Amino acid sequence: MSRLSGNRAHKRKQQRLVMGLAGLFGLAIAGALLVLALGEGANHFRTPADLAERPIEPGRSFRLGGLVAEGSVDKLGDSTITFRVTDGAAEQLVRFRGIVPDLFREGQGVIAEGVLDSAGLFVASNVLAKHDETYMPPEVAEALKERGEWREGADGKLVPVNSAEPGS
Amino acid sequence: MHYLANPARFVSLADRLLPWLAAATALAFLVGLPYALLFSPPDYQQGETVRIMYIHVPSAYLATMGYLGLGIASAVWLIWRHPLADLAAVALAPVGALFTGLTLVTGAVWGKPTWGTWWVWDARLTSMLVLFFLYLGYMALREAIEDPDKAGKAAAILSLVGLINLPIIKFSVDWWNTLHQPASLLRRDGPAMDPSMLTPLLIMLGAFSLYFVTVILWRIKAAVAAKRVDGLRRARAHAAQRARTAA
Repeated sequence: MSRLSGNRAHKRKQQRLVMGLAGLFGLAIAGALLVLALGEGANHFRTPADLAERPIEPGRSFRLGGLVAEGSVDKLGDSTITFRVTDGAAEQLVRFRGIVPDLFREGQGVIAEGVLDSAGLFVASNVLAKHDETYMPPEVAEALKERGEWREGADGKLVPVNSAEPGS
Repeated sequence: MHYLANPARFVSLADRLLPWLAAATALAFLVGLPYALLFSPPDYQQGETVRIMYIHVPSAYLATMGYLGLGIASAVWLIWRHPLADLAAVALAPVGALFTGLTLVTGAVWGKPTWGTWWVWDARLTSMLVLFFLYLGYMALREAIEDPDKAGKAAAILSLVGLINLPIIKFSVDWWNTLHQPASLLRRDGPAMDPSMLTPLLIMLGAFSLYFVTVILWRIKAAVAAKRVDGLRRARAHAAQRARTAA
């Protein structure tokens, strides 16, 4: 009898230990992910102007953010495209092979992940389209444009005529 | 506060409120779901994909509010030892975890067509994943420690430490360069959303919140009842033992 309960207590202790370790492990992962993400944002993100200021050596992976420059998208066939990313102050040529998201278009905010090659071309392994916080039906967007209350902003989206450019 | 801290009074109040809350929840979903998913307009950029937002935003709201509730209940229990606060924390955790999971899943499903990826390690998405782990960690910790008082104390401290994550989630989109867009509703110059989409979203926020409050009250009530049953069982076992020794 006493041996049985001793066994059980031992098992319970072991269970507690495993659960405690699992909890600690989870917390450690959570902390690591948090640090990873914040570091990513701070160290590996550049706009074209940032890139000119704080260059990143070719072959090191980073994220390039900005707007797709008007008239810069070229389809090379073989599902490869090139386009320029601009932040208003500087531009960076990007080459990407693959499928771009639905929202990818000229004037759209994008984040490209990839590396610079030795010639200074950004070879993207992934292109993500940024979405802004504005929500409206298409008819409303059209009506606003027609009434002249909204205009096409630098990012190709509609902004109120009297408002400042987003991000400025 | 002290009035409600009496479990019997709480149960009688919950009994009076619950039928009304349940009816209001059903009504809000009956109006909100078809309005949001069928009759609201598509978005000028996202098209029909925008409808995911009517599930995603209320889920995210309750995921964070649920954790705030968990933190407050834990603090109240640690400081004043109101037994109901501990029961409330236990009731909140799985429901909050559920809504956090729903937020992550609906966000991924929306992100694939809109951004071009299911997942990205940006500050908003990562801090939301951390919230999910905090909920799971809270529940695991309570299960891991047998003594209910010790378990409650350890888990309460964990939940209080985790509160730091809430401002990180909220302001991640302003502090860091995230792929996730900034807030559409709580902005300095008013919501950046057309009224034809804002109205169904607000109805869905109301429906989700009503559901949340209803389920939490129900769960606390059930926990009070379970505790009472446990107490009665223990008293009966005690009495039986006394009778046996007397015989």
